[in-house]
Amino acid sequence: MKRLQTLVLALLATLGLVLSACGAQNTTPANNNAAAPGGGGTKTAIIGYTASLTGKLNVESTRQSNGLKLWMDQVNEKGGVKLADGTTVTFEAKFYDDESNKDRVQELYTRLATDDKADFLISPYSSGLSDAAAVIAEQYGRIMITTGAAADDTYKKGYTLVYQAYTPASRYLTGSIDMLAQLDPAAKKVAIVNENEKFSKGVADAVKAYAESKGLQVVLFEGYDAGTTDFAPIINKIQQAAPDVILGGGHFQDGSTLAKQIREKNLNVKMVGLLVAPPEPKFAELGDAALGVIGPSQWEPQVNFTAEAAQQKGMEWFGPTGSEFVSAYQAKFNEEPSYHAAGGYVAGLLLQKAIEKAGSLETTAVKSALDYTNMLTFFGALKFEVDPQAHGLQVGHDMVFVQWQQGSDGKLVKQVVWPTEGATAKALYPVR
Amino acid sequence: MSTTSDVLGRLHARPAAARWRNPGLWLGMLALLLVGLWPVVSGQAATREVIFTMLLAIALASSLNILMGYTGYVSFGHVVFFGLGGYVSMFLLSLGQPLWVAVPAGGVASGVLAFLLGKAILRLRGTYFALATIGINEAMRTFINNFGPFGGSTGISLNFSVYGNYGGAANALWLAYYAVLALALLAILVSYIVKTSKFGLGLMAIREDEDAAEVMGVFTPNAKTWAYVISAIIPGMVGALFFFKNGNIEPADAFRLQFSIETLVMIMLGGQGTVLGPILGALGYQQLRSFLLTNAFFKDYQLVIAGVLLLLIVLFIPAGAVGWLRKRFPRLRNVLP
Amino acid sequence: MISALSASLIDGLMIGLVYGIAAMGLTLIWGVMRVINLAHGAIIALGMFGIYLLFTNLGLNPYLGLLVVAVAGLLGGMLLYQLTIRRVINAPYLSTLLATFAINMIIIGLGTAAFSTSPRNVDFTLGSTNLGEITILNTRLVAALAALGITIGLYLFLFRTRPGKYVRAVANNRTAAELMGIPSSRILALSFGIGVMLAAVAGALIATFFPFTILSGDPYQLKSFVIGVLGGLGNPLGALVGGLILGVLEGIVPNFMPNTWVPVLEFMLFVLILLVRPSGLFGAKR
Repeated sequence: MKRLQTLVLALLATLGLVLSACGAQNTTPANNNAAAPGGGGTKTAIIGYTASLTGKLNVESTRQSNGLKLWMDQVNEKGGVKLADGTTVTFEAKFYDDESNKDRVQELYTRLATDDKADFLISPYSSGLSDAAAVIAEQYGRIMITTGAAADDTYKKGYTLVYQAYTPASRYLTGSIDMLAQLDPAAKKVAIVNENEKFSKGVADAVKAYAESKGLQVVLFEGYDAGTTDFAPIINKIQQAAPDVILGGGHFQDGSTLAKQIREKNLNVKMVGLLVAPPEPKFAELGDAALGVIGPSQWEPQVNFTAEAAQQKGMEWFGPTGSEFVSAYQAKFNEEPSYHAAGGYVAGLLLQKAIEKAGSLETTAVKSALDYTNMLTFFGALKFEVDPQAHGLQVGHDMVFVQWQQGSDGKLVKQVVWPTEGATAKALYPVR
Repeated sequence: MSTTSDVLGRLHARPAAARWRNPGLWLGMLALLLVGLWPVVSGQAATREVIFTMLLAIALASSLNILMGYTGYVSFGHVVFFGLGGYVSMFLLSLGQPLWVAVPAGGVASGVLAFLLGKAILRLRGTYFALATIGINEAMRTFINNFGPFGGSTGISLNFSVYGNYGGAANALWLAYYAVLALALLAILVSYIVKTSKFGLGLMAIREDEDAAEVMGVFTPNAKTWAYVISAIIPGMVGALFFFKNGNIEPADAFRLQFSIETLVMIMLGGQGTVLGPILGALGYQQLRSFLLTNAFFKDYQLVIAGVLLLLIVLFIPAGAVGWLRKRFPRLRNVLP
Repeated sequence: MISALSASLIDGLMIGLVYGIAAMGLTLIWGVMRVINLAHGAIIALGMFGIYLLFTNLGLNPYLGLLVVAVAGLLGGMLLYQLTIRRVINAPYLSTLLATFAINMIIIGLGTAAFSTSPRNVDFTLGSTNLGEITILNTRLVAALAALGITIGLYLFLFRTRPGKYVRAVANNRTAAELMGIPSSRILALSFGIGVMLAAVAGALIATFFPFTILSGDPYQLKSFVIGVLGGLGNPLGALVGGLILGVLEGIVPNFMPNTWVPVLEFMLFVLILLVRPSGLFGAKR
């Protein structure tokens, strides 16, 4: 026993030594940012971010970072961005796995801003994680483009360097109320059940206010804890409230479970609208339970914005077209892009445009370029609020609604059903 | 392990002045101070962040050690004090109170909670106490998740302008850092004072045999409660600083059970019931963790490695590094508190 | 209102039975060897993945898979006992808690590396049964019946078979049992194996109707604590009643207040019972 103890202790001590040696290496600044004086040189700009490779957000987050990687590869293949002084900038990603855990996010973003000397930051996926990361960006004076992060309140905390690519939560589900008014003016009762978390709560509060302002009656308004798998108690409660419409959800995992259990319980409602989950291609795996479910989407492959449309609106067009993005993404990752993927791509696009316009990598110059962003991309219009009360909030971009419908071959297909001018099919209503 | 009468016997054997001449204590604190001032000299924010996490861990582990190592009551849910302190101070900060009010208030709130809980749950022994502390942490987390004034599930966020009161964000981060350094040193000092005091000997008597301690004149309910209160105050203040730095607090982050258990692991690693053990354990554990997390190969296996390490310690060196040294080299007992 | 309440009641009872057998594993181990198994949740998650892998890769019917998971759980548990628990069983309670927690970390760590933490689904359905306005999901019904059957089986084992009687004897007084010639170390291993088996089976049953990740065991572990204390730690049959109470609470309470208050009530009840009746609601005399 004594010997064994000594052995284990010796092992631990060795391990400790090795680790402290590695630690020492970590703290020596890695300077790969050799700036070339004068024109014609090259520079590498480091884009720092974290992705949830593990944890509850990994479906959405992986797509988002795939999108960002695609942008980076494309811009680097084209030779990078030219600055005003003639320097060519290529981009390099520096990223970590945040495990969908907020604690890790702050630690890792601090590391990105200091150790890794990231020039710009991209947010993690989800409002909760992005909110945590935004403080660090602001504390260390780095520009951060948030994507996959829709909560409004991040932009109401007096930040000046954080810019939102997504339509904010306050405008997320309101379209479904307009859609309902057109499809069925007689429908009056709405049940809102949402994940108890920053983004979903923001959406739920906003859609409740909007529904009531349109004369609808909110018969149930309730949150459920993140990580809920048993929705039976809530579904029983919905059943008793007998709504025409269920709105709510949260993220992919809880949303798809809720949809599945609503179907299993044979709940009779005319419309089910859920956040985040329905636009994901993976949602179709629910089969019958997915049929008829609608969901707001930041972007869909079918939606077609063009340079001509930009001209008509008097906006600048930038970046690839929707179909170019879809085929490049499919070629690289062998799957259909969801809006999370497009969001990741567009975060890069926003930075690229601002750097081109500023002709510099300096934070202040790029910041003022971002403040004046007003462009149309394959993702839609992009423009930021510059009022200090809500600086960085996305005011240009709008949502579309998708619905899973039965295709001619019997398979489920995702159709855009709202707004009607961009729709690819008529909405299926009532669902059952 | 010494017996109760041994412990009580030592009370009279130790000359009072020798208490303040322990080289291990002063060298330990001096070393920590030097480490703590290193980022100040080098001015590197990255190093500061790494050491911030270490100091935080030292303060928490040293505090918990008073209850766990000296008194023998293992709290699995000690993070409840960290979280409550954080919440109370963030609430005050969001109302516009200054940091120097909010942080002590966090400590006081945690101390009061410990006092109120103490008499009731410290009646439970062993595993029942451990389970009760888990229950209390979970009850607190789920309650605050529903508690409107603290923002419910979305928690409390500070407006960025708050940092302006402390000379901007960059200065505020340094301020939080100095404060945590001071708290870590304070935690070690408190831990040493408790250990070498008559009160501390009473606690250790409780650890060895509670019934015997009672017979020998230790009024155990009071002694245990005060140990609990002392071990709660510094975590409350540290929580306040941690969340001030983060700018945001939510129930799931404030009352993370995993975090509680990690603190236990640190104490086990260094040696429970010793003053230097928790320091060493906290440093070792944090170093290991930050290495594993950022290493491409080990990243996926960090939990496995940490788990194997813990299992080896529990199975083979349950006294921890410092405890092992003290046992192996009895002469070190006088210099390694 | 009546139909809503009865729907909630039925849902609660069904899920409560499954909670019950999860807790039974925890409480049996505590009763026999005074060890709180902090790897309980991780083992529940392994049970979920067991069913998932058997069903998805081999196409095995989940209820046949259940048997495989049970046997694997029993053997795995006994092995785990021999490798680790045996060494700390006489150590202070902190050692057993930390040893089992270390096992928890290892399982979760390996599971995360192997399966990532993306949600999995056992894509299996038995349809549903309609009773008037109430819809009952058949997989839940079968799980509840299976849980009931397992409880009866455990009861028969403990009271009607020789090894079962040995288990109870060791739980009662290990030293005395050893003096009577009962091979206590083998019985301890067997008990730990059964405890692990029950946890794995509970996980497997849950996986037939809920999605899960490698981290999904945690909430069930916490529920098992609450149930174990409700029914009296160390009392396997009390765990079934405790499970039913918890299930009904989760079903009924949301009809009267927001569902997010349910865990608050659960944990307050937990602490309260620990304080006033640590031997559980039905107080095993101790």
